Amino acid sequence: MQEIRNYTMNFGPQHPAAHGVLRLIMEMDGETIVRADPHVGLLHRGTEKLAESKPFNQSIGYMDRLDYVSMMCNEHAYVKAIETLLGIEAPERAQYIRTMFDEITRILNHLMWIGSNALDLGAMAVFLYAFREREELMDVYEAVSGARMHATYYRPGGVYRDLPDHMSQYRESPWHKGKDLKRINSWREGSMLDYLEAFTADFPSKVDEYEDLLTNNRIWKQRTVGIGVISPELAQQWGMTGVMLRGSGVEWDLRKKQPYAKYAEMDFDIPVGVGGDCYDRYLCRVEEMRQSNRIIQQCVKWLKANPGPVMLKNFKVAPPSRVEMKEDMEALIHHFKLFTEGYCVPAGETYAAVEAPKGEFGCFLVSDGANKPFRVHLRAPGFAHLSSMDTIVRGHMLADVVAMIGTYDLVFGEVDR
Amino acid sequence: MSDTPATSLAELLAARFGETLSVSTVRNETVAELAAADLIAVATALRDEPAFRFGELIDLCGVDYLGYGQTEWETNTAGGDGFSRGVEGQAMGRFDWAGRPRGNNEPRRFASVVHLLSIEHNHRLRLRVFCEDDTLPVVPSLTLVWPGVNWFERETFDLYGIIFDGHPDLRRILTDYGFVGHPFRKDFPLIGNVEVRYDPEQKRVIYEPVSIEPRILVPRTIRDDADLMQAKAEAADHWREN
Repeated sequence: MQEIRNYTMNFGPQHPAAHGVLRLIMEMDGETIVRADPHVGLLHRGTEKLAESKPFNQSIGYMDRLDYVSMMCNEHAYVKAIETLLGIEAPERAQYIRTMFDEITRILNHLMWIGSNALDLGAMAVFLYAFREREELMDVYEAVSGARMHATYYRPGGVYRDLPDHMSQYRESPWHKGKDLKRINSWREGSMLDYLEAFTADFPSKVDEYEDLLTNNRIWKQRTVGIGVISPELAQQWGMTGVMLRGSGVEWDLRKKQPYAKYAEMDFDIPVGVGGDCYDRYLCRVEEMRQSNRIIQQCVKWLKANPGPVMLKNFKVAPPSRVEMKEDMEALIHHFKLFTEGYCVPAGETYAAVEAPKGEFGCFLVSDGANKPFRVHLRAPGFAHLSSMDTIVRGHMLADVVAMIGTYDLVFGEVDR
Repeated sequence: MSDTPATSLAELLAARFGETLSVSTVRNETVAELAAADLIAVATALRDEPAFRFGELIDLCGVDYLGYGQTEWETNTAGGDGFSRGVEGQAMGRFDWAGRPRGNNEPRRFASVVHLLSIEHNHRLRLRVFCEDDTLPVVPSLTLVWPGVNWFERETFDLYGIIFDGHPDLRRILTDYGFVGHPFRKDFPLIGNVEVRYDPEQKRVIYEPVSIEPRILVPRTIRDDADLMQAKAEAADHWREN
């Protein structure tokens, strides 16, 4: 009789299904996982240490680069922590804008997730469909901040500027001309809110398209139903939040339970899974896209009816306008101090959490009264989720690991920080 | 922040644990400080007892209190030649390894901070445990209470060198294989110690001492709250329009 031993396999860091830079060392018995040891940190940039060396506002841009597919939600947690310590609150319109952009970000994130997860599990087409709508929402990011992804749009005291009153249009080119050009520009004739109104009216039918491709797809169900089952107890023990927790049937969403920004005024539902497997989490995320769409519609409606300031008129925290700066000595001094030294945050500590698309994204901020944070700790949902990998994939087949990585919705920008 | 006011949680904690915890509530956030020796017993009680039910450990991180409240830019002396405006001090990012700040006046430097969440009661709680010894900071591991703390403790060990007694697998997690030092300590230079590049002659990746200089543009300044109070007053009475 031949002696058979377990062998060790190296998965990643250069692997299309590793979602970036995951290095997974697996001990295999045939095709069954005996032990999985994820090695992370290949994308570690020391964001938290860098933040300690700069004035508060200069680190907002770093937050975009943590979970780089849900940019504005990360900013939201950091800005919220600073606002708590300063004891200020953004104007109402800014809070509606934040709510709206958090949900746009959620759709962006889930579109990325549905595309790449389906691609990992063998369905190429979904990726192409999802990126079509993702591009349309990226245009909104670009319209409001000038950047498609790394917006640095939220600031302590509000948002950087008000929503633009026009959308950029496609110009005639060999690829877009005539009737086609007219069609793609038809949404873009009004303001950004008009564009979003048209988008949200159309988006549910697009979600139906993704569902047509996957929900009853036999291969998709074979790859996800009953795979990676997480019981509610296990999910809590491992510090899971977001869809990883809700997929197991625990009704927990910070937007409902500890509402921030304007979520208390919004009408939306929280989808909850039953079985806690990959398929349930898929259904939850798809439903979340529909619910986010509803929230965006409500925000658009409010924002159209209620113009107003989007930034506090507190020159110790927010810069004065360019016009004011050129007419008024006081404003010039404020501007100079704000952009050279920044503002001092009263000594204290706080923990601010938001419901990011992947789970609870938190920012623990310690200030000693200086113009730079003393300590920033960013609680990334993906980090907690990935740590449970070993417990969950034991006894699964190798191919299920790929399904599991997909369902964790990992982005290494936030795991490694 | 939560359905039940946070004060009631503070009262519950004070009633149950008495002297073991020193509880305070700031801005609706409940914070409890305790000694390392009591940590496991308190944590188990917080998880299991029906009044608390902190089923989830949300976060654990280290804090290095070296240099807390120090400023680099004192403008309190004024003479015939104006204010003293020299940037002095060794705050984050201003030193390399050879010039790192030594000697330490803080009584206890390292702390491990835990954030707990009770889904049942919708409560949050922050626990802080200071390490008794600065040269060998040790805290008991919570892995047997909440298994999910495993990686958070590894991260804190990696970045701060806090040792979690009883942790099953205390390896580095975020830094490079074979990394030396604990980079998030306040006396670790921001520029690091080594840099890495591919050497075409040796045909492999090599490590070299850093070639960059420490460079920080904005001095660390502490101003009292008067500034902010003034700002609030200004915002309140719209002085600009008058």
